[in-house]
Amino acid sequence: VGCPLGEEAVDWCLYQLNGAAQFEVSEADIISTVEFNHTGELLATGDKGGRVVIFQREPESKNEPYSQGEYNVYSTFQSHEPEFDYLKSLEIEEKINKIKWLPQQNAAHSLLSTNDKTIKLWKITERDKRPEGYNLKDEEGKLKDLSTVTSLQVPVLKPMDLMVEVTPRRIFANGHTYHVNSISVNSDCETYMSADDLRINLWHLAITDRSFNIVDIKPANMEDLTEVITASEFHPHHCNLFVYSSSKGSLRLCDMRASALCDKHSKLFEEPEDPSNRSFFSEIISSVSDVKFSHSGRYMLTRDYLTVKVWDLNMETKPIETYQVHDYLRSKLCSLYENDCIFDKFECAWNGSDSVIMTGAYNNFFRMFDRNTKRDVTLEASRESSKPRAILKPRRVCVGGKRRKDDISVDSLDFTKKILHTAWHPTENIIAIAATNNLYIFQDKVNSEMH
Amino acid sequence: MLGSRRRMECALDAQSLISLSLRKIHSSRTQRGGIKLHKNLLVSYVLRNARQLYLSERYAELYRRQQHYQELGVPPGCAPAAGEVPPAFSPLQLPVEPEEREASAQQPRGCGLGGVAGAALARGGGGELLEVPVCAALLPAAPQEDEPLELQPGPPQTPQPAVPSALCRDSSPSFYRGGGCASPGLLYPVPASCDFGSPAPPSAASAPAHCSSRTTVLDLDTHVVTTVENGYLHQDCCSQCPCCCQGAAGPGAPPPSPGTKRKYYPGQEDEEDGDPGGAIVGGGSPFAPCSKRARFEDFSPEPPPDSSNISNLITIFGSGFTGLVSRQQADCEQPLNGQLCGKQALASLGAWTRAIVAF
Repeated sequence: VGCPLGEEAVDWCLYQLNGAAQFEVSEADIISTVEFNHTGELLATGDKGGRVVIFQREPESKNEPYSQGEYNVYSTFQSHEPEFDYLKSLEIEEKINKIKWLPQQNAAHSLLSTNDKTIKLWKITERDKRPEGYNLKDEEGKLKDLSTVTSLQVPVLKPMDLMVEVTPRRIFANGHTYHVNSISVNSDCETYMSADDLRINLWHLAITDRSFNIVDIKPANMEDLTEVITASEFHPHHCNLFVYSSSKGSLRLCDMRASALCDKHSKLFEEPEDPSNRSFFSEIISSVSDVKFSHSGRYMLTRDYLTVKVWDLNMETKPIETYQVHDYLRSKLCSLYENDCIFDKFECAWNGSDSVIMTGAYNNFFRMFDRNTKRDVTLEASRESSKPRAILKPRRVCVGGKRRKDDISVDSLDFTKKILHTAWHPTENIIAIAATNNLYIFQDKVNSEMH
Repeated sequence: MLGSRRRMECALDAQSLISLSLRKIHSSRTQRGGIKLHKNLLVSYVLRNARQLYLSERYAELYRRQQHYQELGVPPGCAPAAGEVPPAFSPLQLPVEPEEREASAQQPRGCGLGGVAGAALARGGGGELLEVPVCAALLPAAPQEDEPLELQPGPPQTPQPAVPSALCRDSSPSFYRGGGCASPGLLYPVPASCDFGSPAPPSAASAPAHCSSRTTVLDLDTHVVTTVENGYLHQDCCSQCPCCCQGAAGPGAPPPSPGTKRKYYPGQEDEEDGDPGGAIVGGGSPFAPCSKRARFEDFSPEPPPDSSNISNLITIFGSGFTGLVSRQQADCEQPLNGQLCGKQALASLGAWTRAIVAF
């Protein structure tokens, strides 16, 4: 622990930090999701206030070689507003649960954003030219006095300051009774799925008035309910395959070719519980909070409260790798239950080559595990410990025994500072870490020095 | 910290965990965004686990007491017949064992949520019931009925004169006698001398008033609330009741005086008899996941839409938890300290589990 990762050691340094340093963070500013697009050029964040902020990476410039790779704010828009369901007397939160980018097919970018109930397709276009020289309108758009028009001119496109326009192209509403926890775009680029606690729907990106229900685990009698769907994702290459995770810690791989309703899984991945670890909270800590296919499509990564696990699609009986994220919390589960932290849903991420996995923890710590070298590291996303361009120092949580300088004891961990959302650039060693209302972007030092 | 011990160590005892969990469920209904199904499901698992542990230990103690009385030859009325398994407990368990299943095969098992409900969800004749023992002063006056429908965790063949005892069986009083109060007779079909809250108006109570407890029963189907009698918990009443305490000189600590906090540590049972109680439980781990499905034949005529379920049960929550959640206890005779809160919470577990499952 504490050693740099990989053979070519990756030294992470803070590249940039967005977000205000406030003592009292407004709840609406808390980042609730982070997602790179398929090229890594764009980075989108959603927050509890229903806003989406898109960052764009500046292209390398000959004049300013060191500013390559900066992610600047590209666009900000209000995606969802709070709503009220009058029938059920329920308020629907505007918090953005997930953002997923569509593969880019033309000059415009598109993304899906969802709150608890409604999914929206947004189209992001640039406008950097505008027509000038209209015959009937002046530059401000006012109608000209016709008597002043003496000749005809052809309007010409002139460059203008870049304007990014975001428009909602589709609104996929009324598809879910329960809370939507995940969305995933299919590799066919035509369909996507949305999952709530009990059902998964398949939508066509162009059709909003109907969707197909492909998984329904709602029991006939709600009293029989024993598990809910916690996350789901399409396979990156096989458009007929998708996986969903459950609160019982199992994964189900489903094949849409097998039947219209995929209640019956093709494969069930689950690891038997270790009886010696049984506690009041066993069910809670085994609930899977996130599932991600590897880029290769060969593996799946799951996160439960204390571990991340790598599963091989060819082996259903147990994961091939299990990594302890913060096992020192196992003896604190009772307190974590009292303060509700035990319900925190951490996400996980693969790097571009599927050799390193990353996930967040408490005290603004995040962890990386190198699957090849089996080394792991704990880093911290905080203003105090991150000076721009300075290499991040590995952190250590001491659990009794010898305590080194700079170690943090378990009892002094700040459980209000949790890193739930992290994202890894699809190809490069650039990571985006959401710490409450702050977005940290860390980059491989080598990477940043090259430019 | 969990290691290989079957008994789970936790900073909180089972009772506190239960009341904490119930509070979470209760507060979830006022949180923004509506009730979170996932979180409440997880909380219900903690509830189940804590309750199983608690019940298994109560059962273990009961069993020991039963053995003890058999040896002592305690007069009938306050003790069960030799060898008689307290009907109160047979379905109440704990791990779901095959033999128990046969015994109460006709009785739908409350196994929703993996056994969370346990006996609390067991059905009485006809309607679904909710027993909500609450301090009387906190409840609005309710119409009294001749025959309250009640939770009957026992097998159907339990005689109906156990009406009072049925109330007692799964009600708070019988469970919350920490350690040593009173006789196990309270857990069995009760002799006439102990009236556990008949539905009759107070004046008609034939039984010594000292054993009466104020109990409120809410019928989920008709939403009729039946409230009975004195406003204090049975435990505290029985600690002074000679008849009930007869033969209480058994294993266990002396009954706590009303109002005292007695921390119930799972480990105490160990110290007393050295056996974690696994034997009592009948071979199954207290935490054996329940794979049974609930069979509620008469649960409801047709599945109600989710939204009405939620609002129905929210109403029930509200009436059932005034005592637990509200801080204005001025009217209440008993101070609702942490211990009592837990007791009431445990007793009204039925309400909670029912409410949970419905959404």
